[in-house]
Amino acid sequence: MRKPKKQLYYHAMMLPGMIFLAIFSFVPMFGIIMAFQNYIPAKGILNSKWVNFDNFKFIFTIPDSKQIFFNTITIALGKMILGVIVPVCFALLLNEIRRKAFKKTIQTIVYLPHFLSWVVLASVVQYIFSYEGPINSLLSAFKINPIMFMGSNTWFRPIMILTETWKEFGYGSIIYLAALTGIDPGLYEAAAIDGANRFKRLLHITLPGILPIILIMTTMSLPNILSAGFDQIFNLYNPLVYESGDIIDTYVYRVGMLQRQYSLATAVGLIKSVVGAVLIAAANKLVTTFSDRRMF
Amino acid sequence: MKGMCVKMQIQKRKKLHISDVMIYLVTVLLMLLCLLPLLNVVATSFSSSAAATAGKVGILPVGFTFNAYRKILDDQQFWRSFMISLIRVVLGTILNLMLVITMAYPLSKSRREFHSQGIYIKFVLFAMLFNGGMVPLFMVVNKLGLLNSIWALILPGAVGVGNVILLMNFFRSVPKSLEEAAEIDGANPLQILIHIFLPASKPCLATICLFSIVGHWNDYFSGILYISKTSNYPLQTYIQLISAAFDLSKVTDIEKLKQYLSISTRTLNSAKIVISVIPLLIIYPALQKYFTTGLVVGAVKE
Repeated sequence: MRKPKKQLYYHAMMLPGMIFLAIFSFVPMFGIIMAFQNYIPAKGILNSKWVNFDNFKFIFTIPDSKQIFFNTITIALGKMILGVIVPVCFALLLNEIRRKAFKKTIQTIVYLPHFLSWVVLASVVQYIFSYEGPINSLLSAFKINPIMFMGSNTWFRPIMILTETWKEFGYGSIIYLAALTGIDPGLYEAAAIDGANRFKRLLHITLPGILPIILIMTTMSLPNILSAGFDQIFNLYNPLVYESGDIIDTYVYRVGMLQRQYSLATAVGLIKSVVGAVLIAAANKLVTTFSDRRMF
Repeated sequence: MKGMCVKMQIQKRKKLHISDVMIYLVTVLLMLLCLLPLLNVVATSFSSSAAATAGKVGILPVGFTFNAYRKILDDQQFWRSFMISLIRVVLGTILNLMLVITMAYPLSKSRREFHSQGIYIKFVLFAMLFNGGMVPLFMVVNKLGLLNSIWALILPGAVGVGNVILLMNFFRSVPKSLEEAAEIDGANPLQILIHIFLPASKPCLATICLFSIVGHWNDYFSGILYISKTSNYPLQTYIQLISAAFDLSKVTDIEKLKQYLSISTRTLNSAKIVISVIPLLIIYPALQKYFTTGLVVGAVKE
């Protein structure tokens, strides 16, 4: 008797996962139809009125959405930029440290915030920037009036960017540290012999050495430009800062889930998905041209 | 010539440059920046309520007391949520691992070995790029009758496509000779997977496992979305609820906001936060070991 073909095994292995994907990833995609309807739960998808692109027209005309897109992109860009600069600088610093024990200790401590959830960190951030918190205490030492940071539209976005960087710079530096160890030490020695000082070595050997990985990481973070960090903002925002802090995802949650404007929220989500997908394709293209590495 | 050789020797000895000092200084500063806020939470949890509200707590407790922790022992819901999160982590991680392994293996085969690989991977990639969004997913979960159950926290995200791709690439790096030898001995793909590929991918599996654990433990949003009975809340959702104990969406003026942000039963919340972080801290050393290598292997491979 012939043994069951290998193919059968492979298909059988794919089956459980594909079932899950089908139910929880592909079926919801059909819900995108709601973006083109005036969806009312009582009527269901089949009976809700078709409004074609009305929802999208609505999105692009109301002043709210311009603000939301602006917030999202500003915050995301800020996070992206600092999210490369700070980890790279930190990796460069760490790389110069010879004492292994010291280096390990620092790494252990600095990786920690990445693993804590924003639910936990929100308390920390709120305390630090609160009226009686350390930052305002510091300000009053300089005779500056206390500022209500978490309720201020001028400060909310920068604080979001800064605290996110604080949380992630340690973990983010891992990749760059690894890349730094990949640079040929012989290059450094040759440069030292030629009389290059620390700074020159940094400029002409180190930076060019990690430039590829920096470019790749930046490119890979591009598709996230429309995700400005829901968890963080959701836990830290309040109506006073909706104007500057509301991002696409928080808006979709409030309007879609809490206010039950399902169609509108789905339409916004669809826009985000499409833009994200286009960006991922572009990013993949860029990454493959920069190096012989592929994203997928 | 001789002068230069001597100079080089001096440079090789441990000479403390001003740049060295600067580097140590900045790194220590960054480290403190990460450490102090967290120490503050711990200190607050051990401080008296009055001191905490007045903002007097620095990195050491003021008015040392175990009050907050004693109160927690009485908080039934806290422990219920703790258990729910624990169960969720165990079930969720097992499910994640099983699905990731069973999917990554066939996908790692070339099209010659697995004829349908091309189609399947397109589906998987598609699922990774697009999703229907929060609202349609909620409706699916609703229709399946999963609302308010622990399964709503586990099932929707059960297939981690990123992890599938990660493991798939790792499987591809396993030497073909091992596989061929097993085939000659008459092993079927399942046996090959279990006896050859799994042992060979321990680091990668450990990494995925740990990511899954952390993800499940820290996730609060699924709880907010799918669970309406407080008694069924996982831990982080419960903490989120009590931290934002006052309905911030009703806050309309700055005075009220100031009030709310300061009244919080800060010591109690801090204590709950400390406890919720302890399980993570316990597995943290394992996390460090595996994710630094796992992450690097996945990304900085030649």
